[in-house]
Amino acid sequence: MGVEGIGARVERKEDKRFLTGKGRYTDDMVVPGMKYAAFVRSPHAHAKIKSVDGSTAEGMPGVIGVLNGQQMLDDGIGNLICGWMIHSKDGSPMKMGAWRPLAHETVRYVGDAVAVVVADSIDEARDAAEAVVVDYEELPAVTEAATALTGGQPQIHPEAGGNLIYDWAIGTDVAETDAAIAAAAHVTEMTIVNNRLSPNPMEPRAALGIYDGAEDHYTCYTTSQNPHVARLVMSAFYNVAPENKLRVIAPDVGGGFGSKIFIYPEEIVCLWASKRTGVPVKWTSDRTEAFLTDAHGRDHLSTVKMAFDSDNRITALKVDTIANFGAYMSLFSSSVPTYLYATLLSGQYDIPAIHANVRAVYTNTAPVDAYRGAGRPEATYLLERTIETAARELGVSPAELRRKNFIRSFPHQTPVIMNYDAGDYEASLEAAMKEADWAGFDARKAEAEGRGKKRGIGMSCYIEACGIAPSAAVGSLGAGVGLWESAEVRVNAVGTIEVLTGSHSHGQGHETTFAQLVADRFGVPIDSVSIVHGDTDKVQMGMGTYGSRSGAVGMSAIVKALDKVEVKAKKIAAHLMEADESDIVIENGEAKVAGTDKTVPWFQVALAAYTAHNLPAGMEPGLKEGAFYDPSNFTFPAGCYICEVEIDPETGKTEIVQFVAADDFGNIINPMIVEGQVHGGIAQGIGQALLEAVHYDPQTGQLLTASYMDYAMPRADDLPSFKVSHQNTPCPGNPLGIKGCGEAGAIGSPPALMNAITDAIGNNDLTMPATPQKVWAAVHAAQ
Amino acid sequence: MYATNYHRASSVADAVHLKGASDESKYVSGGMTLIPTMKQRLAAPSDLVDLRHIAEMKGITVSGGSVRIGAATTHAEVAQSSDIKAACPALAHLASLIGDPHVRHMGTIGGSIANNDPAADYPSAMLALAATIVTDRREIAADDFFTGLFETALADDEIVVAVTFRPPERAGYCKFPNPASRYAMTGVFVAKGTDGVRVGVTGAGADGVFRHAAMEAALASDFSPQAIASVTTDPSDLLSDIHGSAEYRANLVTVMARRAVAAA
Amino acid sequence: MTKVTMTVNGRQVSGDVEERTLLVHFIRDRLGLTGTHVGCDTSQCGACVVHMDGKSIKSCSTLAVQAAGSSITTIEGLAQGGELHPVQAAFKANHGLQCGFCTPGMVMTAVDMINRYGGSLDEKTVRENLEGNICRCTGYHNIVKAILAAASDMSAGRQAAE
Repeated sequence: MGVEGIGARVERKEDKRFLTGKGRYTDDMVVPGMKYAAFVRSPHAHAKIKSVDGSTAEGMPGVIGVLNGQQMLDDGIGNLICGWMIHSKDGSPMKMGAWRPLAHETVRYVGDAVAVVVADSIDEARDAAEAVVVDYEELPAVTEAATALTGGQPQIHPEAGGNLIYDWAIGTDVAETDAAIAAAAHVTEMTIVNNRLSPNPMEPRAALGIYDGAEDHYTCYTTSQNPHVARLVMSAFYNVAPENKLRVIAPDVGGGFGSKIFIYPEEIVCLWASKRTGVPVKWTSDRTEAFLTDAHGRDHLSTVKMAFDSDNRITALKVDTIANFGAYMSLFSSSVPTYLYATLLSGQYDIPAIHANVRAVYTNTAPVDAYRGAGRPEATYLLERTIETAARELGVSPAELRRKNFIRSFPHQTPVIMNYDAGDYEASLEAAMKEADWAGFDARKAEAEGRGKKRGIGMSCYIEACGIAPSAAVGSLGAGVGLWESAEVRVNAVGTIEVLTGSHSHGQGHETTFAQLVADRFGVPIDSVSIVHGDTDKVQMGMGTYGSRSGAVGMSAIVKALDKVEVKAKKIAAHLMEADESDIVIENGEAKVAGTDKTVPWFQVALAAYTAHNLPAGMEPGLKEGAFYDPSNFTFPAGCYICEVEIDPETGKTEIVQFVAADDFGNIINPMIVEGQVHGGIAQGIGQALLEAVHYDPQTGQLLTASYMDYAMPRADDLPSFKVSHQNTPCPGNPLGIKGCGEAGAIGSPPALMNAITDAIGNNDLTMPATPQKVWAAVHAAQ
Repeated sequence: MYATNYHRASSVADAVHLKGASDESKYVSGGMTLIPTMKQRLAAPSDLVDLRHIAEMKGITVSGGSVRIGAATTHAEVAQSSDIKAACPALAHLASLIGDPHVRHMGTIGGSIANNDPAADYPSAMLALAATIVTDRREIAADDFFTGLFETALADDEIVVAVTFRPPERAGYCKFPNPASRYAMTGVFVAKGTDGVRVGVTGAGADGVFRHAAMEAALASDFSPQAIASVTTDPSDLLSDIHGSAEYRANLVTVMARRAVAAA
Repeated sequence: MTKVTMTVNGRQVSGDVEERTLLVHFIRDRLGLTGTHVGCDTSQCGACVVHMDGKSIKSCSTLAVQAAGSSITTIEGLAQGGELHPVQAAFKANHGLQCGFCTPGMVMTAVDMINRYGGSLDEKTVRENLEGNICRCTGYHNIVKAILAAASDMSAGRQAAE
């Protein structure tokens, strides 16, 4: 490893602009003639729209246009769609109801967009939006999925009878699973609630739509994790414009966490409104709009049975899950509680029989889709709370019960599709227990008791699946897109290098880590390498960043392109030095003939490629190569997290006194950045377990947590410093041996924290978030 | 935010004059509550009269056994004041817990008590310290000043110019913040002075800040945490929301009160 | 409309604004200094923190007219002569930022904090003084580390200079 190559703690190339206020986010963009959009949104959770009257608003100061859903329909703009087909057990396709960018007949959740006002200033747009008169006929609403499935509830979409979108199952035959449970020596049964969350990237969503009438061309600046997918979907399904007439730019994006994968109504409306009004139209969400309309995460209600034989080996697992999808099916919503959740229900354990049933349900709430971890946190939470509870019921140590059931040989085929390629779960467990001084816990607990505090410790052994997977495999499972990645490596005539990637960085540091990869390969300074991403006019195609896929898939595509560049560069160097191409080595910024002192500087190889004065016979000029990489499998990061807490029994307040993470991410490009990803993930996981919850009023469907006044975000004094380490087994499935690190923290941490709190208070009956009020009540219920 | 007109007052008299020019006008000091409320279009004053630059409303003085804090004094100034730390460290501590550092640089004691948010910190201290609220036209005892949720005894154009109180022998403040907003879910200020023991409770009361008579009685004879350990609060008088039920807040009142006494 | 004049990053600036214009929008939209961000509506996230007359404030909860006559420093005014301010350098060295959106507010808060506490900052104090700044990316771990490192460096620098 060089000082700037693979494995080095290189400071980030992108930091200077962010630290000096020179980052360029969508809301920072200003174009001539630009105007501002404000949306008219439904104040009701469920209502018929009888009329929309914008006549007063149209006459207000600064107003350029008031547009509604009927006009959008008349202009042929299509419905928003969910791009992953799931079939129910009976073979029927999922029941997807229509989602109009601007509702024209029915509104189905508080915040549903009905009309848009374009005006000279944002204040004028908001003034006029208030003056748009919408006549609603209110309908009854339902917000909880389990309730929505029962008889006599409001019907949300005509297509989905009883609000059921699909009833899907996976794994071992249900009768076989039931038989194994019936024959078990012990069965642990639980009801598990996975609380609904709001992703809350600090940059609110924004969109700037620019229509050029002369060229009949659209440009969209947007806060997207995957601008090419946005362009594809807006072209192919929403009928905004053909791909060659639509440029999507995702400039600096201030965090995503999944919520900026999806295509929302607002960017479509800004593009359409720009054509309708003849001016560029910018919309920037405020935080309350973000709470109302950004896709939420999680919201599962599950029952689980985990069966053990007399030797405490798990013999079967049966899971029944109800997933709340909200009012509309968001872009990848259907895949989250199926192929991203139920396929991970084997965890790190060798379980011979697993059966999972999942029902997806419409409710009068914001759409629910992927949020950091997407399905895998739900699976891990269910499994790790259950096995911890089983250990308590069986009277064995939680570590021993896990150890006994660990998968120890690879590859390992689970009953739920996944084929684990590599791992060493024992190594992470041991490292975490050592770091946490598990053995010394009893003494610490006794000491805390003397101070009136209840101290508890809990662990979680997670596995997740990253990079998504081979395109053909996900296609056979219903995905509407392939999940490969593209890269292009352009060596300039002076030897500097530009890498174009379909991955998108919104905090992950690609400009640094991707450059490290190139610096490592050719031994050139990292400053001579630039990463280009986030613009469909520059990068031809890509699938974007989510599912911890940029390393395992995005960087693998760069490796493939680098391989091609290297082959050509060696041919050129061999020709220049009159050597055999198999003897050429490129390192330290020069090409050399192995075993000799003959060298050619890297820039001269590049220059030779472009002057083309002296190239091997028949070789094309230039040094630029592209590649597409399609993974051969998911990757499987895994690890062990341990959390230790102290509870104030008088107030129910939890203090996290230590948090240990021991992860296996495969090979690591930049440990500093990987650790940062883990820190952030853990903070979000702790947020879910301790603080965060989206609350709707179950009667009215009003969102009760629509600002930071009521939605508790983790702040610095809620969290400890984290102890993070890695025990890596390289991934055999990709050229760099990378597994992915972006989501692990959010996946592994909630059960560790909840296991610790329930251990401390001696009451297992506690749901997330473990707020002071709930913990206080649980402490007193246990006494 | 709705459109508004801004006026910067140079003196208290000027402020009253400016305020009187419109029926829908409001005073603004630090603006830490009012501006966010206006941003959410929950308040729509036609005119704002800025009190932040009025010299006569600034400053902290201690003389003749009395502390006077100008209404335009910021929370940060109270928290850092050596005079306040000497005369009533619990009040400096309270000020150091309001909002966050940025809010404390702008928000003022006058603005806080005139707004009387049921979860604001200062009102509990004003009650417990038997403070006097000095306005441009009269002096109002704290007991008479806070009249309900966001309600005070102030006339529409009346300005709080200062608060005064006699330094207590002992005082303590303990707050349990709302996990989301960080406002007081329950805050209790206890003070033992020449008038006896007074206990002000904020964040918990359904009608806003209140004095806790049962605790005051118990502490009058025995100023110790144990004296109030079994003094309860009727949950039917308390706020209940997604963060804390009335029963939970009732518990917090006792726990925070005990800890405030212990800290005093 | 009213005319406001103030000093921003050492330069006197004026502009006609609607009186409801927030300071943050004056800075971003009128002055083009887009480093100061808006992350919430309720004065909690701190992405908009700037210094007014040397003290950290939330520019999203202050009207431009309220700030008239004052001296404002934004993130763009911190680095001098192309050199990063020690707090900016410490954030870079300690990976105290990811997506960068909360970063300007965090840095301005850190500078204010170090101004108030100097070398006496400890982890607990730093975390308490970050109450008004929300970060969703870093889990605060490296932000805290960066602020402590900057406080220590700046205090050592001051001592060396004395």
